[in-house]
Amino acid sequence: MLDTLIAGVLRGNVYALGAVGISLVFGVMNVVNFAQFSFFGLGAMFTWFFVVKLGLPFWAALPLVLVLCALIGLAINTAVVRPLAKYLPLAAMLSTYAVALILDNASQMFFGATSRVFPQVLPTSNLHIGNMRFGTADVVMLGITAFVLVVMSLFLKYGNLGRGIRATAQDQEAALQMGIPVALVQNLSFVIASALGGLAGIFIALYVGVADPASGINTGMSAFVAATLGGLGSLLGAVIGGFVLGILESYGVYLFGGSADQIIVFVILLAVLVIRPGGLLGKVPLISSEPLTGTFLGKGRPIRIPKWVWPVAFVVGGIVIPLVSNDYLLSTGTQVLVYAIIGAGFTVTAGQAGVMALGQAGPIAIGAYTSALITLHLHVPFWVALPIAGITAAVIASILSAPIWGVKGHYISIATLGIGIVIVAAIQLIIPMGIQGIPWPQIGDTVLFSARDFYFIDFGVLVLTLLVMWRIRRSHLGRVISSVGADEVAALASGVRVRDYKALAFAISAFFAGLGGSLLAHQYTYIDTTIFSMLMSLLVVTIVILGGVNLPYGAVVGAIILIGGLEALRFTDELRIIIYGLVLILAVRFRPGGILVRNS
Amino acid sequence: MSKPLLEVTDLERHFEGLKAVDGITFQVAPHEVVSIIGPNGSGKTTTLNLVTGTIRANGGTIVLDGRDIGHADTARIAEDGVARTFQNGRVFPTLSVADNIEVGIHSTLHASRPFRSLSHLFLLRWIPLLAELFVAIFGTPGARRERQQIDATVQEEIARFEARLGSRRDDPAYTLSYANRRRTEIARALALKPKLLVLDEPTAGMNQSETAEVLDQLLQLKADGQTILLVEHKLDLVMTVSDRVIVMDGGRIIAQGKPDAVRQNPAVIEAYLGRRRGLGGEDLR
Repeated sequence: MLDTLIAGVLRGNVYALGAVGISLVFGVMNVVNFAQFSFFGLGAMFTWFFVVKLGLPFWAALPLVLVLCALIGLAINTAVVRPLAKYLPLAAMLSTYAVALILDNASQMFFGATSRVFPQVLPTSNLHIGNMRFGTADVVMLGITAFVLVVMSLFLKYGNLGRGIRATAQDQEAALQMGIPVALVQNLSFVIASALGGLAGIFIALYVGVADPASGINTGMSAFVAATLGGLGSLLGAVIGGFVLGILESYGVYLFGGSADQIIVFVILLAVLVIRPGGLLGKVPLISSEPLTGTFLGKGRPIRIPKWVWPVAFVVGGIVIPLVSNDYLLSTGTQVLVYAIIGAGFTVTAGQAGVMALGQAGPIAIGAYTSALITLHLHVPFWVALPIAGITAAVIASILSAPIWGVKGHYISIATLGIGIVIVAAIQLIIPMGIQGIPWPQIGDTVLFSARDFYFIDFGVLVLTLLVMWRIRRSHLGRVISSVGADEVAALASGVRVRDYKALAFAISAFFAGLGGSLLAHQYTYIDTTIFSMLMSLLVVTIVILGGVNLPYGAVVGAIILIGGLEALRFTDELRIIIYGLVLILAVRFRPGGILVRNS
Repeated sequence: MSKPLLEVTDLERHFEGLKAVDGITFQVAPHEVVSIIGPNGSGKTTTLNLVTGTIRANGGTIVLDGRDIGHADTARIAEDGVARTFQNGRVFPTLSVADNIEVGIHSTLHASRPFRSLSHLFLLRWIPLLAELFVAIFGTPGARRERQQIDATVQEEIARFEARLGSRRDDPAYTLSYANRRRTEIARALALKPKLLVLDEPTAGMNQSETAEVLDQLLQLKADGQTILLVEHKLDLVMTVSDRVIVMDGGRIIAQGKPDAVRQNPAVIEAYLGRRRGLGGEDLR
């Protein structure tokens, strides 16, 4: 039991360092920084490179790695995040995701995409108290963390720039008026955060004994959860959140096994958020002074689409393309269509209700698995399984999300992210092997299996989806849901039950996500949980933001650009993700409200 | 005085030890215009927030038209016929002026919201939600008739501010001037056809001519028999429009009565001008 505690403290140590970085950047820039995740992987790989490849001693490599991470952080902030944070925090958040993609792939190109054995630079089990065993490495790690945290808290309390950081975190405008160099403060925070991320990465490698370029995302996620747990923006909260999460997680894994790891992490997070909506040390104002969710919505007017565009698009998309295209183009087309369905359905949650849910992979997975299982085992025809998949996804997602609708602002995004991850992890626990031989759709005795067949099915579903979304937007219900996203307090005062309409919007989006999942499953004929990753959730979010978060047809444009674009870049496999990331950054930079929305 | 529409008894609310509202009791009769005045921090806005359910009271009762609304949620209170505006103005920035007003009508609708009597019940609330979704997608004859009523009410409310909002009907609210946002907010509140209209500083940030315009509109509402609970700093407006004035200081009611009586009340003068000057004036006599 005591060993578990030690393991928990060491785990918590890493989370705490990462969480402090995330919280620091969130505090001064109001941006959730996904790029921070990449530094965990980078820190480990750099250390491996210096120690193993270049033969440097560990103590020389350590400062080098920190400086390198800090410099990369500075470059990212000046080039990408700061210019965007001015427009729209959401756009900046997305761009940090793009940066994370670029960093991860650059790292894999440079270091190779395999995990490396990390040399044992310090003994790991040479000491003991009673029968509790630990090593110099553990003592050193905890010592460094303690030192770093003490220095940082002294700096924040007494240092000139430290005071500037605190002032900027509380009120950026006022800080600027008082002559605090906000740009410098933000750069500095980013640099500190990046170095801390690198340090956490080194610790992971020391602790696990393996340096893995792809290790960033999982650790990053947990560090992010730790920061949320403590209350985003609160540094003490981040440290407490890190250790609490590390220790609880270790005991959870001890009790339920390692495969339940992610479920444990996010169930802890959801429980804390439901009880304390602002995290352990965070405070939620009694009446939000400004509509929190509204800050997600870009203020711009949609470009007016002439009426003739619709029939033309219908003819081109539904008749011309399937007639003239080859199978390769058509199968890309089916992907575009399915993501357009999921994205269009998602706009009612993300755009109208103002809830930027980050876990749509969850309901997509439910739809896919439901449809696969009932067609395989109960021999339900595809045409019946499709709506059942949507309904099941909506029902399960609604039940799981029922407690979270009182959670506000960024926290609700994180809670939905947690729900998505928990759903997929739970499916992995129940059905570990994946499902194969999922039947193709049939009409009478005709089996539909060609890319063209699927294209027509997907196109039909997309047209129906857009019709439904159009009807909802034009109705009284549509306006009411939009009012929830625009200003919750005012909506309540007008007699709108805010929580219920958020739940309804989420259920509608989950329904269409479930349809999309079902379509994917019958097209692939094989599914396992690796398909329904965090990347899938973020892809959905990116698609709607790119098209205009409030425009269902924008999701079609977003899907064409993102899915089609990714496919078009397939000839350059390694550069693909990097170019994709760059395109994303540029699109967000010049059209922060979406491609079909004029800037205002 | 006839039976009061709003009856507030021993209302209390404290924030971490500070007694913002400290046991106040007052009534508002039907068709009456009552204003609450007092120095900054005296608890006026907190009182409005308590009456409209935006925040919960720590003690006391609030009775509207014979029903205890002290523990009801904000949406329920709106359904019971209380509409409000906010101190700094809260419109739905991304919605058009017309859509802003349409949201105000929400709690008066029936055909677009079938089974709405279940909407406050655990789990059963999904029945009205899904029914509303069904009506939105497929439509019903009743909902189509109600749509015409909605459009008529929106038109009626915009007509109230025709010169200002008429040409901006379809503009998103974030593009409006501050004063026009306030007008949109008042129109949205009136669209609810409230028994009690609660206005929190409707003329804040407006210039003299705009304030005069609001005064005219308030007098018009008063002539129509609208019951109003008003918080306002501009005393000229308060004294002109109010039937009764309540003066708050330090979370308590220090005086209430007809505008002229309150104006002469020494406690009020003291609260507004300070003890020494208030008493000093008397010493000189």
